[in-house]
Amino acid sequence: MANIKLPDNKKKELKEVCAKLNNDPGELINALHAAQGLFGYLPAEVQELVAQEMNVSVAHVYGVVTFYSFFSMTPKGEHPISICMGTACYVRGAEKVLDEFKKLLNVKVGETTPDGKFSLSCLRCVGACGLAPVVTVGDKVFGRVAPEDVKTILEEYNN
Amino acid sequence: MEVVKLTIDNKPVVVNKGTTLLDAAKSIGVNIPSLCYMKLEDTNFENKPGGCRVCVVEVEGRRNLAPACKTECSEGMVVNTHTMRVINARRTVMELILSDHPFDCLICAKSGNCELQSLAQKLGIREIPYKGEQSHYKGDESPAIIRDMDKCIMCRRCETACNEVQTVGVLSAINRGFNSVVATAFEMDLDHSSCTFCGQCVAVCPTGALTERDHTWKVVDAIVDPKKTVVVQTAPAVRAALGEEFGMEPGTLVTGKMAAALRKLGFDFVFDTDFAADLTIMEEGTELLDRLNKYLSGDKSVKLPILTSCCPAWVNFFEHQFPEMKEIPSSAKSPQQMFGAIAKSFFADKLNIKREDMVVVSVMPCLAKKFESTRPEFSVNGDPDVNYSISTRELAAMIRNANIDFASLPDEDFDQPLGESTGAGVIFGATGGVIEAAVRTAYEIQTKKPLPKLDFTELRGMEGIRSATIDFDGLPINIGIAHGLGNARKLLEDVKSGKSNFHAIEIMACPGGCIGGGGQPYHHGNMDILKKRAAAIYREDAEKPIRKSHENPYIVKLYEEFLGKPCGHLSHELLHTHYFDKQKKIEI
Repeated sequence: MANIKLPDNKKKELKEVCAKLNNDPGELINALHAAQGLFGYLPAEVQELVAQEMNVSVAHVYGVVTFYSFFSMTPKGEHPISICMGTACYVRGAEKVLDEFKKLLNVKVGETTPDGKFSLSCLRCVGACGLAPVVTVGDKVFGRVAPEDVKTILEEYNN
Repeated sequence: MEVVKLTIDNKPVVVNKGTTLLDAAKSIGVNIPSLCYMKLEDTNFENKPGGCRVCVVEVEGRRNLAPACKTECSEGMVVNTHTMRVINARRTVMELILSDHPFDCLICAKSGNCELQSLAQKLGIREIPYKGEQSHYKGDESPAIIRDMDKCIMCRRCETACNEVQTVGVLSAINRGFNSVVATAFEMDLDHSSCTFCGQCVAVCPTGALTERDHTWKVVDAIVDPKKTVVVQTAPAVRAALGEEFGMEPGTLVTGKMAAALRKLGFDFVFDTDFAADLTIMEEGTELLDRLNKYLSGDKSVKLPILTSCCPAWVNFFEHQFPEMKEIPSSAKSPQQMFGAIAKSFFADKLNIKREDMVVVSVMPCLAKKFESTRPEFSVNGDPDVNYSISTRELAAMIRNANIDFASLPDEDFDQPLGESTGAGVIFGATGGVIEAAVRTAYEIQTKKPLPKLDFTELRGMEGIRSATIDFDGLPINIGIAHGLGNARKLLEDVKSGKSNFHAIEIMACPGGCIGGGGQPYHHGNMDILKKRAAAIYREDAEKPIRKSHENPYIVKLYEEFLGKPCGHLSHELLHTHYFDKQKKIEI
């Protein structure tokens, strides 16, 4: 695990979030949600801080983080790519689209490219089933994506 | 109490409301096979995640099979524990578990003591129909505990022991589905976590996933090395449990046979940690009285209560979890380390050998002792005071290996001068024993009067937290006792918040004290075994001609010839230590 120095102001903010949750162990998932929102991901030090503030063991926090696919221990890329794997998108070929992204970026799901530009993840339904299969890059939604469109999408962000 | 009537295997049963099917069946002699389930009576250890599904039974009128460990009895229930459907389900569950389990039973450290193995045997599993990928995880080799998670069956007992009973909290289930496993935070090795090495996870693990670091062959190598003088010491709790490994009744005392076996194994000197326990009482008792008398005379710089420091898992616990209180425990080393320090100074000098040419082996009921012996502060120029700490189980393995017929050995005595002990030294092995031993000596030193009675039954027992007030000839001394680190935490929180009125507190990390240590023969959830071991310890105490540490003639001689006086200059150098703040705290 790379030892990245976390900004003090964000750590302070996280501490305040935990205090607002009454440092109640039962609110752990909400605290982790907030932490991921603040830092973009959940590196070890953030998990240790959450454990300390929420009065649970670090092992327990790590157990929760590794259980839910929403939580990530790797920093997201500058442009986070999500491929919808919901039923509609899946039957219309989302997996082939995903495979194309994996091939072109040379990363697996949940990973970030070495240059930090793109990260790849899957999600379940963005509520745009009429546009299936759907891909989101950051806040932008791409509909009816075919594997051959993937190259063009990436080029948009590579310049 | 409300009762319910039901039928199990055509037999009528009446049980209290809330009783599980598993317990109800047991009450009429029907032992439903189970795997993940484990309950230790008189402690708060109860593991019933209902995860393995081995204990399923058929309940009439219920569509699916019910896990007996988690299903409560209800009025009029009709239960069958061995229908064809049940047997098939149970076998399928076992086949699935075994399909993701290594097949190295022949060379597994747990072979013969493995609950998975005996269940597969009981159910007559002869082939695994499911072929496919098996899970593999990173191994973890700490100085005390070896984790081979390929052998984990996710029963979660270790988590219950670590998190709920001990409140240490270094283990958690991580990941999901096929990849799920019990691990430490960030899958670091145990020695990078706040693990206390109490070994209670090892004591309850049904398989070979958790075992001790085995030093038996290093010990054998030392014994056969002609340049080395090999000295062995045995902890009090070992003599009350070792016999179990050779088929003897739990609670059989094998002190004499153990000494004979150790001599047969080729140790040059067979000594007793009980001697060092007496020495500990001299030091710890003196420290207690010193602090007590200063406190009573109004010295505000003195802190009370004084906490015992014999238990290395407990020391690890407060260094990690309560470092702000590290000045409160006695500075006395544990008996294991006191023994090592005296053996490699006083006794090595007597033999006229260099300390490097002496190998000190300890036989302990404990896994934390393995870690303790590797602490850098307990070595001189890289030579540890205790070279190898082996468990009761490892000693049994050595005896079997050497083809010694343990049961037919004659009783032999320990060697002198480090083998003589009193009853006070013996009871160190059970919860309440250290403080009782300390009271026997402290009372007589403080009051300068002989004790009217030696048995402080008010300090004995199996309750997790106990307290008693002992009358020191008009001076009431409040004593607290906790065994199990979760109970210790409660007493410590009270001390921290100023609510505690104890003058002295004894803490042992394991349920029942050292007799229930992580290095003892496996109890497989039977707490009666622990009670019988404790009874054996007190029996040995009662039979000893001398039962007060300060009356041990060899202890008296050791002070006269070598140490001077308790808590004197040389004592401080050899027999006392200091503690470290090991808490990882993120400051903002």
